[in-house]
Amino acid sequence: MSNFRRPINRRSLLKAGAASGLVLATPTIITRNAWADTNFRNDPTNSKSVTFGFNVPQTGAYADEGADELRAYQLAVKHLNGEGDGGMLNTMKPLSLEGNGILGKKVEYVTGDTQTKSDAARASAKRMVEKDGVIMWSGGSSSGVAIAQQSLAQEMGIVFMCGLTHSNDTTGKDKRRYGFRHFFNAYMSGAALGPVLEKQMGKDRRAYHLTADYTWGWTQEESIANTTEGLGWETVNKVRTPLGAGDFSQYIAPVLNSGADVLILNHYGKDMINSLTQAVQFGLRDKLVNGKNFEIIVPLYSRLMAQGAGENIKGIYGTTNWNWSLQDEGSKAFVKSFGQEYGFPPSQAAHTCYVQTLLYADACERAGTFNPAEVIKALEDHQFDGMGNGPTLYRGADHQCFKDVLVVKGNENATSRFDLLEVVEVTPSAQVTYDPEIFGGELGPYKV
Amino acid sequence: MLTKVTPRSDLLMFVLFTLAILAMPLWLAPIGAGYPDLLQKFAIFGLFALGFNILFGLTGYLSFGHAVFLGVGSYAAVWSFKLLGMNPLPALLFSVVFSALFALAIGFISLRRSGIYFSILTLAFAQMSYNLAYSVLTPITNGETGLRVLQSDPRLLDGSGSDTGPLISRLFGIEMTGYSGFYFCAVLLIVGFYISQRIFRSPFGMMLRAVKSNQNRMSYTGLNTRPYTLAAFVISGVFAGVAGGLLAVTDPLAGAERMQWTASGEVVLMTILGGAGTLLGPILGAGLIKYFENIFSAYNEQTLHAIFSFLPDVIEAPVVSIAGLFVGEGWHLTLGLLFMVVVIFLPGGIMEGLNRISKIFSRSKPKPKFTSSSQSAAAAE
Repeated sequence: MSNFRRPINRRSLLKAGAASGLVLATPTIITRNAWADTNFRNDPTNSKSVTFGFNVPQTGAYADEGADELRAYQLAVKHLNGEGDGGMLNTMKPLSLEGNGILGKKVEYVTGDTQTKSDAARASAKRMVEKDGVIMWSGGSSSGVAIAQQSLAQEMGIVFMCGLTHSNDTTGKDKRRYGFRHFFNAYMSGAALGPVLEKQMGKDRRAYHLTADYTWGWTQEESIANTTEGLGWETVNKVRTPLGAGDFSQYIAPVLNSGADVLILNHYGKDMINSLTQAVQFGLRDKLVNGKNFEIIVPLYSRLMAQGAGENIKGIYGTTNWNWSLQDEGSKAFVKSFGQEYGFPPSQAAHTCYVQTLLYADACERAGTFNPAEVIKALEDHQFDGMGNGPTLYRGADHQCFKDVLVVKGNENATSRFDLLEVVEVTPSAQVTYDPEIFGGELGPYKV
Repeated sequence: MLTKVTPRSDLLMFVLFTLAILAMPLWLAPIGAGYPDLLQKFAIFGLFALGFNILFGLTGYLSFGHAVFLGVGSYAAVWSFKLLGMNPLPALLFSVVFSALFALAIGFISLRRSGIYFSILTLAFAQMSYNLAYSVLTPITNGETGLRVLQSDPRLLDGSGSDTGPLISRLFGIEMTGYSGFYFCAVLLIVGFYISQRIFRSPFGMMLRAVKSNQNRMSYTGLNTRPYTLAAFVISGVFAGVAGGLLAVTDPLAGAERMQWTASGEVVLMTILGGAGTLLGPILGAGLIKYFENIFSAYNEQTLHAIFSFLPDVIEAPVVSIAGLFVGEGWHLTLGLLFMVVVIFLPGGIMEGLNRISKIFSRSKPKPKFTSSSQSAAAAE
């Protein structure tokens, strides 16, 4: 074969040397320095509009939530641009927005699919930041994904407004200066749920946990177990199940013979629908164990899940961040404009995403700039009202919102197919407030 | 394109390839792909597919579990960041060592069988590794949450606690994100391409092609093919490991989903779409799939309306609603259709299409005879 290469001689070595020199020099020739003359990334000063990125799960276990979040974002953009009836812009206090975009710039948006995977979410977020030039991005439905995006936000210097994420870690050990969470967390669920459980189920119970095996499941399991053990309950077992398992029968069957009389499902989205439905099909709720009725608890509830689980949710206790049946001005305004737009009431995921978008926009307006360092300072320790949860504080120490928590129960006599959750108790924010030190973590610098 | 392979034409191809890769930020910008993250993905998955092609394209062994090495490379690199510091060089060294060890072990067992049995064996290993990473080995892999570098990690070489900035991999002060990250990946892709080119032209590569054409005949002549196939398997595993390491270098995070069977299937798609057994094909295929994944999936109704706004309203609405099925979350559908078209009409992948086009233009010249090491001869199998 004459086609094989001859051994390297001096001439080809020289050529190769010259070529590799050129190769190594090219990066400095071609690299563009797009942000050299502005002092923060994607500065919209010279453009007529600003772009938000909405990065939600469109496929996977949390796709239903993602679809509802996207609806809320589109509604928020409409309201910010002065279209539609304005929704919560009519009730939000204090309010600096004027319904003409933000600082006079029209709001536009781009969307992406997180696939409920950290990798895909970060790739999608990077596209929004690097290609579409977003000034803020938002989205959620999985705490693992939210935490991954939040640390990306810190690296990129672009604010990330978390959507639905309930893990303590999001504003605990993994908190970031560029990440903000309006949603409540597992600790608050536990603190709110405790007194109600004590009243309804007594002090002598044996609990069995089934937990989604990732950061949110772990922290919720921990917080709820701390609460119930504080009541005097015994924890029989804690079993971790993979996210998106689909079939939970192999996990539910052992519960029957474990001697437990309470099943706590630390599941969310389609996982919760499947595990709850299967638990009911196994006849758990009709059983008498230790002389008591067997009970199921779903610490984090949402109306979308209740809809999916149908009849099975009747009488089951849990907590929720917000419910469309609330009668305050903010909630009514939001439910009205969401209903007019889409024909059905919004979920709690939609609510938190809508509020987050408005809060960010308002902070820009108050700061008078889109510079993230200033916007972050405007959001920190900001107090507001009229957004559906009563007076709320955006705590500066960990970027967590503190507000009332709703303890709810699956409605026994639903009047419509949306009237699925009955509010049992509104736990005041003082009762669920905690010291930011207990979860540790570092926010990091304002300027990156 | 190149019907007769000479050292000169090889050199020309290599130089053109190098220039094309390094100039990607310029010529990909008009189609909306000229931003650093996607460019990095092009280079990284190009390298992954290039390595896969050394095994599949040359020996014909179809591995359905190649994503294992991608995942192992990522985990090894992130652990190197955690223990040794944020320099990418030791991280890549770790990736190479661990992916090579895994490839040696998996290859040693799987290569006892060929054909569909080999594919199933590699798939089984991939699923095992995925489940290990996802739940059993949670202390090492951090399960579903994914392995990240934390401020509290030891990081012996650059010291923890001293640096409060974001944890980004740095090559002697150059941050491995954005365009500099892309060029780091690009240089490794070019090195990988050079190695792959040399393997294709070597007696070793010839031996691998012989395995593909008839392994029994090779055995009858008294030749043991196992060392050759195992070497090809390990080399291609190391390519995948480096690609995984680079994923971690550009974004210090590793998750179990990188090992999922869908990721293994993706590299098979890339290689077949581009043209198995050709040098450039797998890289083209990788680029095409990543482009679809990142650009098509981001189209929403708003963008479609903007594209079709020139149509009258009566036609625009149905056009947008039909096109909407194929973009956004429906990008898999578009990819599936494209894949079917390519497999049915161009079994040799995009490279065969390019060859046919170039033949149309050079028809007037007398047709040169194919040499035995011609690329399209292997692709037609």
